[in-house]
Amino acid sequence: MQLTLEFGGGLELLCDSVKVHNVDVVPPKGSEKLIMKDLLSWVGTNLIKERPEMFMKGDSVRPGVLVLVNDCDWELSGQLDTTLEEKDVVVFISTLHGG
Amino acid sequence: METNGGSTDVARVLGEIETLKAAKSDIDYRISALEAQLRDTTVSQPQTDTVSNGSYRPSSAVDYGLSPDMIYRYSRHLLLPSFGVEGQSNLLKSSILVIGAGGLGSPALLYLAACGVGRLGIVDHDVVELNNMHRQVIHTEPYIGQSKVKSAAATCRSINSTVHIIEHREALRTSNALEILSQYEIVVDATDNAPSRYMISDCCVVLGKPLVSGAALGLEGQLTVYNYNGGPCYRCLFPTPPPTTACQRCADSGVLGVVPGIIGCLQALEAIKVASAVGEPLSGRMLLFDALSARIRIVKIRGRSSQCEACGENSTFTQDHFRNFDYEKFTQSPLSTLPLKLNLLSADSRISSKEYKEKVVNGEAHILVDVRPAHHFRIVSLPNSINIPLSDLESRLPEISSAMKEKEEHRGSNASSGSNLYVVCRRGNDSQRAVQALHKLGFTSARDIIGGLESWANDVDPSFPVY
Repeated sequence: MQLTLEFGGGLELLCDSVKVHNVDVVPPKGSEKLIMKDLLSWVGTNLIKERPEMFMKGDSVRPGVLVLVNDCDWELSGQLDTTLEEKDVVVFISTLHGG
Repeated sequence: METNGGSTDVARVLGEIETLKAAKSDIDYRISALEAQLRDTTVSQPQTDTVSNGSYRPSSAVDYGLSPDMIYRYSRHLLLPSFGVEGQSNLLKSSILVIGAGGLGSPALLYLAACGVGRLGIVDHDVVELNNMHRQVIHTEPYIGQSKVKSAAATCRSINSTVHIIEHREALRTSNALEILSQYEIVVDATDNAPSRYMISDCCVVLGKPLVSGAALGLEGQLTVYNYNGGPCYRCLFPTPPPTTACQRCADSGVLGVVPGIIGCLQALEAIKVASAVGEPLSGRMLLFDALSARIRIVKIRGRSSQCEACGENSTFTQDHFRNFDYEKFTQSPLSTLPLKLNLLSADSRISSKEYKEKVVNGEAHILVDVRPAHHFRIVSLPNSINIPLSDLESRLPEISSAMKEKEEHRGSNASSGSNLYVVCRRGNDSQRAVQALHKLGFTSARDIIGGLESWANDVDPSFPVY
């Protein structure tokens, strides 16, 4: 499944400072669909190069990270259970505090 | 002779500057007093005019309480069909509090003063510094070393003397926040740290105030309006505070000056929309700005959470709770932006910058490892230091070993105790982390320079640049 993943607010530093990743992710064995939970573990294994605790906490993202599926807060689409579709855009953004 | 003449000259110029500054501050004070007097008369004037001059036929703008001067000053607002007299009149009656007169607060305050907000409050406890000037555009050089609130207020008054500017020269705390915020209808969060953001959001929830929240760091910015029209509060979105390592500060990570400038302008815009009841404020949505790729994304965020500890259905969060809530403990980070001061090492694993200076003067053979990131090292560094960033320390250990070996060979056979290994960084935190790591990796003699390059500049070489 072709997806566009974007990292911002400093999270890109965890994946070689690359903000936009066009990736191909296959649903886990025995499953027809790909859900956010699968994608998070795929990102953790394949894209996060350092300090994984700055991205994940347990099986979700760490506090302070907003997840947006097609420009919409994943809280509105079922969080970890959000089903992903071909060509979806998933944004991971760390909240900023500076000023 | 020449040096002597030079120093008298410097003393004389410094003296003259001091005298002029004192005179200036006196004049500033007299100007604000006169402006206040003027405000009182212009506010009361329109009514007396209408009463005394029977032939005066009031137009609708006058009905809305706009004096001829106001009509002229805000004419370009009045000409906007979607804003008009009603929008301006709402604005003139509104009151807005801007918390933080820094990178975000500067442009926000400039526009809010210019646009004719009735009452404009400014909170900050900080003073203007030279390294603020590239982004905190409300401040001017003569105010370096003076209160940011005083400086920002003076600029606002010089832009629009008809706006009532209120100065709150204090840090916002749970002890004073309720009292200060309750005096205003709209709050603009232009602060720079996580505990302040939680504190301000909670305070707005218990007082029922809309909150225009902006943030900027590096080359990115974020903006949204909290606690407004059924939208979420900060805690709905971020119920659990982030780890402290995820809270970067502009003083550590840097920020391109214009980035908070843009976000601060957008904060002014959202505050103006809420105050004038015009347009659709950015509630339930968030604007994400990426300066480097020139991309602005507006995303839909969750609504008010019924489970929210602050604004949820079963929330028991009251003003009393707020007063006693420890935001520093909650977020594990300080409300003030003072840099972190770690103390990880025992005294015998550390030396002061002055002691290090003596060792250099005495020609003691040693290696100095600077563990700052490479782009910091390029700004300025101590002579003969080797740059091995903390993150690369383990993989680049051989470089330290070979440098030490080389030193020892240089010293000849009388070297019994081995060369000394010193570690330095910007402020003396990372150097301690590095020394801890080096001790574990077998370099048991490694010691760090207390206070880092900042201490070197303060205590040894005042001409050494700080950043």
